[in-house]
Amino acid sequence: MEIQTLVLCATLLCALQAIRAPRLLISALWLAGCSALLALSIALLGAPEVGVVELSVGAGLVTVIFVFAISVAGEETVGTTSIVPRPLAWVLLALFLFLLILLTLPGFLLPAVPREALPFLRALWDARSLDTVLQVAMIFSGVLGSLGLLAERKESGRGSGGARQGASS
Amino acid sequence: MSGGVWTIVMVAVFGLVAIGIYGLLIVRNLIKIVVALQVFAKGTILIMVAAGGMSGRPAVGQSLAITVIVADTVVTVMALALAIQVRRWCGTLDTRVISKLRR
Repeated sequence: MEIQTLVLCATLLCALQAIRAPRLLISALWLAGCSALLALSIALLGAPEVGVVELSVGAGLVTVIFVFAISVAGEETVGTTSIVPRPLAWVLLALFLFLLILLTLPGFLLPAVPREALPFLRALWDARSLDTVLQVAMIFSGVLGSLGLLAERKESGRGSGGARQGASS
Repeated sequence: MSGGVWTIVMVAVFGLVAIGIYGLLIVRNLIKIVVALQVFAKGTILIMVAAGGMSGRPAVGQSLAITVIVADTVVTVMALALAIQVRRWCGTLDTRVISKLRR
């Protein structure tokens, strides 16, 4: 329990630093640390398969994509003045947390039911096969969508030919 | 798993979600907004695993957590691609400047 508490505290610290860090690259690295610690915490909760997926996808793939995006877009220092005034942000946050606790507390106070004997792999591949198919479709659409968004506009042949002709003369 | 562990996990979930929401409200950089969204999604993943464990159906909670991880990654990739395009066309990642653009 002590290890779990320490890991979760470190996760929260990393998440806070990811939001507070002034540079984007540092922020992405703090987020990777948050993902890795969360993966450890999930594994300690008895779900090592989810922990491995979170570690490889959340801490690995997403960090690589963040670093790529930052290197393409470039570091840009944006001012700290927020669009939403800070007092209003705190009020909205308190309201959100109040509603979240109100919704989750009744389920949290329910008595524990006996554990289900359904193994994880059967639940993932057999009982939730539609979810798995939709995930594959989502991955393909995400890859194709991002490729479409990142594609450069093709130069027209006439314009580039003219430019080349002008340069040679 | 004892009730004390679940209490700590729930406190961590509320913390992650609160940090994510606060970041979404106050941050102006488009890439930083995606970071805040990621932090919010981490809280969601943790609560899926915790809810499965607390309700006695850990396999369902874990498979839903994997679905959330995949969906969150796809959303992140698309959002970062959009941020790159915004930077390419508008020259900035600042949401305040982008929201003032007029055609």
